[in-house]
Parts: sequence; C-alpha cells; structure tokens
Amino acid sequence: MSALLTVNDLKVSFNTDDGVVRAVDGISYSVEPGATLGIVGESGSGKTVGTMTIMGLTRAANTEISGQAIFDGEDLLRASEQQMRAIRGDEIAMIFQDPLASLHPFFTIGAQLVEAIRVHNDVSKAAARTRSAELLTMVGLSDPKQRLSSYPHQFSGGMRQRVMIAMALANEPRLLIADEPTTALDVTVQAQILELIAELQAQSGTAMIIITHDLGVVAEVADEIAVMYAGRIVEQGSATELFSSPQHPYTRALLDSIPRLDRDRSRALEPIAGRPPSLISPPSGCAFHPRCPLAFGRCPDELPALEPTAPGSQHLVACLLSSESRSAER
Amino acid sequence: MIRYILRRLLWVVFLLFAVSLITFVIFYLLPSADPAALRAGRQPNPALVESIRHQLGLDQPWYVQYGRYMKNLVFHFDFGFSYQNGVPVRQLIFSRLPASISLAAGAAVLWLVVGIGVGVIAAVRPRTKLDRASMGLALVGISAPVYWLGLVALYLFSADIGLIPILPGANSYVPLSEDPAAWFTSLIMPWCVLAVSFAAFYSRLLRGNLTEVLSEDYIRTARAKGLSERRVVFRHGLRSAITPIVTIFGLDLGILLGGAILTETVFNIPGIGRLSYASIVRSDLPVIQGTVLLGAFFIVFANLLVDIFYAFLDPRVRYQ
Repeated sequence: MSALLTVNDLKVSFNTDDGVVRAVDGISYSVEPGATLGIVGESGSGKTVGTMTIMGLTRAANTEISGQAIFDGEDLLRASEQQMRAIRGDEIAMIFQDPLASLHPFFTIGAQLVEAIRVHNDVSKAAARTRSAELLTMVGLSDPKQRLSSYPHQFSGGMRQRVMIAMALANEPRLLIADEPTTALDVTVQAQILELIAELQAQSGTAMIIITHDLGVVAEVADEIAVMYAGRIVEQGSATELFSSPQHPYTRALLDSIPRLDRDRSRALEPIAGRPPSLISPPSGCAFHPRCPLAFGRCPDELPALEPTAPGSQHLVACLLSSESRSAER
Repeated sequence: MIRYILRRLLWVVFLLFAVSLITFVIFYLLPSADPAALRAGRQPNPALVESIRHQLGLDQPWYVQYGRYMKNLVFHFDFGFSYQNGVPVRQLIFSRLPASISLAAGAAVLWLVVGIGVGVIAAVRPRTKLDRASMGLALVGISAPVYWLGLVALYLFSADIGLIPILPGANSYVPLSEDPAAWFTSLIMPWCVLAVSFAAFYSRLLRGNLTEVLSEDYIRTARAKGLSERRVVFRHGLRSAITPIVTIFGLDLGILLGGAILTETVFNIPGIGRLSYASIVRSDLPVIQGTVLLGAFFIVFANLLVDIFYAFLDPRVRYQ
C-alpha cells in the first residue's frame, strides 16, 4: 500500500527578533490510508508546527520551510496557496485543542458548518444545512436542527469538540489532523471524544495524525507513534513496540512519568528533570542530553541519527547508546 | 430584551433630568447672568429691572423656576424663550440642527470608510512599509487639532484665500433643502477636517483589534476550512474586530450631533455648536440650557442604541 502522506526531512524555522527558532528540524514520517499516526512530545517540541506547515498555515515572510510533504503525489510545501485552499478542509481537515476558542463566537454552529461544506461543495444553503444536521447526529448530538441555531458558548466543552469533529469530517477528508483534541476537556469527556474519533475514523477509513503530549491518548488510538523532542523525532515505531520496549531515554521518561494501573502502586512517578530546551539555542549534540539520566561523553558533541533498533526493524531510535547498554540500565 | 430596553429607557429619562437640574442650578447660581438686567436694556432703572424680574418669575426660588421650566419642557416641549434673539429656544435649536446633523453625518461616513479601510490594510500587512506609513500618518492625524487643520485646509483649498482654490471656503454653508449640490460642496472641507482625527483614531484601533483577532484560534479554524484569505479577514476577522468600534462610533456621533463647536466655528457653519458657543458668550441662559440638554440627549440616546445594537452583534451578551 502506498502512503497517503509522506513527509521527508521537514524543517521549519522562524526568524524572530530574538533569533532563529528551529521549531522543526528535519522530521520524516508517513501515514498510510486509514492508519493513525500519533505524534507525541511536550510543549514546544515542534509537533504542532510540523502539521500546521503541512497544511500551509505557517507560511509567512519570516518562516523558512524546507523538505517535502507528499500528499497524493503532490508536494504540499510547494503547492500554491490556491491549491492549498482546495485541500484544506476538504482532503485534509483539522481538529484543534480548545473547541471554545476554535469556534467563532459570533456565528451559529449551523452557519459555521454550512460554511465549511459550501467552501468545497457547490450546494444550496438548505442542502448544506440538512447535511450539517446529519453531521451533528453523526457526532452524537441530539436535537440537531435546533442546535444549528445555537452559538458555541451555549454548548459544553465536549459538545463543542463534537461540533469541531463534525466540521472536520464534513467533507469526508482523507486525512484528519487532530491537534491535542482532548487536552482542554474533562477526563470523562476525553474518553468519549477519543472513542467517537476512533469510531468515525473506522467508519470513514480516514487516516489520522493525532498530536498529543499524552501517551495515554495515543495508546488508545494510534497504530504508529513518533516521539518528538526539540524539533526532531527521537523514536518512532509501531504502538505495540514502542510501549513494550521503549528505547529512547526520553520515551522511557515519558512513560515513567504517567501513572499506570499495571504497576505497583507504591512505585513513585518519575518526573523528567529540567526544562524543555530552547529552540533558539538548543543544546549541542543530542538535545536531550542535559536532562538524560544515561548521558555520557559523546552525547554533548554528536547528533544521533534516527536508526533502526535492529537491522531491518521498523522501530527507529535516535540515541548514541547501544541498545544493549540502554537495556542494561533499565 | 424588551425589559432590558425599558430599563435602559427609564435610566435615560433619569439621566436627562439630572443633567437639566445640574445645568439649571449652575447657571442660576452664576453671578454674571441676570436675565432681567440683560433684558432691561442699557442703564435701566432698578424699578424696571425689578418688574421684568417679577414678570419672568425670576424673583421666585430656583426650584420653583426649575419646576416651571421642566413643566413647560415636558408638557409643551417648550425650551423657554431666548430674550436676546427674540425667538423661542426650540425654534432656534431646530433651525440650527440640520447643519450640525449634516456636518456630523457626512464626516461619520467619511471617517468610518477611511478608518476601517486603512485599519484593515494595516492589519493584514503588519510591519510592512504601508502599515508603518499609515499608522504614522494616523498618529499625526490624531494629534493635529481640528481648528488648526481647518485653518490649514482653508488656506490651501478655499475658493477665496486658498493656494489651490478649488472648494468653497468658510461661510459658504447652504442648507440641503435650498441647494443640494452647493450643500455638498460647501461641506466637503468641513467633513474632511472633522473626520481626520476620528479616521486616524479608528484606523489605529481597528488595526490593533484586527491584528489580535487574526491570531485567534477561530481564525485558524477558518483558514483550516479552506476559506479564502479575504473571507477569513472580512467575514471572520472583521466581524469580531468591529464590535468595539461600534461602541465608540455611537458615542462619537452622539457627541458631534450635540454640536461640533470648533469645526462649526472655523468654517462658520450655523449649527448647534456655534449656537451654544454664542449663547455662552452672551449668557443666554435658556439657550445654554437647551443646547446642553440636546447634547446630553444625543449622547445618552446614542449610548442606549449602542448597547442594544451590541446585543445583536455579540450573541454572548444577548443571552446573558
């Protein structure tokens, strides 16, 4: 099966008054049709900027973009703004973190859904409205006709995110980018929303990139996971492999910092020491070395390449330690 | 909504009463203004002044006078009589009102168009030369006093003394009902002069608002939907950024309808502003009282309209 989206050596940097911010520093991944890629990382790791760039939403005079993002045989990074407009919301759709801030406060839900449909489809307002009501039913909102005339502030957080999902799926996109779709929601609602996304994705066969800082979220929905740190991918592999044998010290630290039911309750959670690195002047060598418990002599000097953990393996890791010495430390 | 409007209307009535009372008391207590003495002519004998005083009811306590004034105002819409002009104040005000409305309304259209246009252009091209130039110019526009601008404009463009005599100068105002074309040309310069500072202020304000709005998450959503940049800016961005503008626009227009004193004076336009200025100079109390009340009415009423309109603009206000 050929990939739906292939990203090659994507680099994004912003020229700011304080210096050049290397938000994304050479990442590569691909997404198969219908599959789900989880991109995990802390704030400022470049996970959002990367996908926003693929959507053509970071283009500006002070932004430098290089690499490739081949979607359906076409490089999105070199597509014209007009081509990108035709793709955005139609072929590739997005769901954002904060559904209250992401919906326009002055327009009704109906108006916003109808607009999303009519940008890409030559249909009447009435037809788009009927379709909008169907979409609301699809995402599990009761009384859709009446909801269409409501404003976002009249909805709860979970309902708003359902509306965002309805809007994103309005034109049956082939790729859905969900940027922290559950972060702003209550924990109980998070599970419902994740379930809804997974269910609708299975129905429609849409591929998905889910961006999150929450490993619990990707564990539920992702087939493949890429862990990002300081603008680079430090570990990449199938969800099962990554969770069963995490290789990179950062991935392990992430896993150790979340509570798990299958571990001894008395075992303390391990916070990751230090702070996320500056993207203007990142640490030399491996960017994680100042916070890495396993750092040794070569780490500050050499930039580790993303390589298979074993010859021929699909599980990739960027770490200077050999897999033996990493495991030995566990 | 209806209850809200009714409550606000009651508040309007109360405010207008308060304004009338305060102005009445202030001018009653002012030593310079003895209407009877003004009415009696030069070197009057005290007996005449006294009889006029009695005739006008000025020998009664101030609250009796105020009560009579308000009674006439409320029941007969009578603002009193200007003894210096020899006409009722109501007639005086209504003869001057069209000029003030013409001036304010025309200028308002001009400054809205220019202010919003420049503000949007500056906001969508931030940090460009165009943005910096227009915002710098706007700062000059805000800072330039209107009487100075008016004189400069007259000196440059007026038909009588201008370097490039292309527009009718001061004293050329013609009522709309007499000659629409002359009305229009005579007001071009006053409109522009009056609109400059407002347009400048609005453009800076809108640029700030719109820049902020364009970085909102819902604008990103609009872009992610695949909308054209024009639709993103004008439908989604401007819709939010314009709401605060509506508020000040209502107030500015309300204030100007009560008389644009400086502009009317520079261009010698017979509006409410000149009327109130002249009445203050001559201590013509009934006229002062009338123009102050009219100004207060416009401001308070504009405020009310703005609040009601705001509820239509912002659904979050509407449902509270």
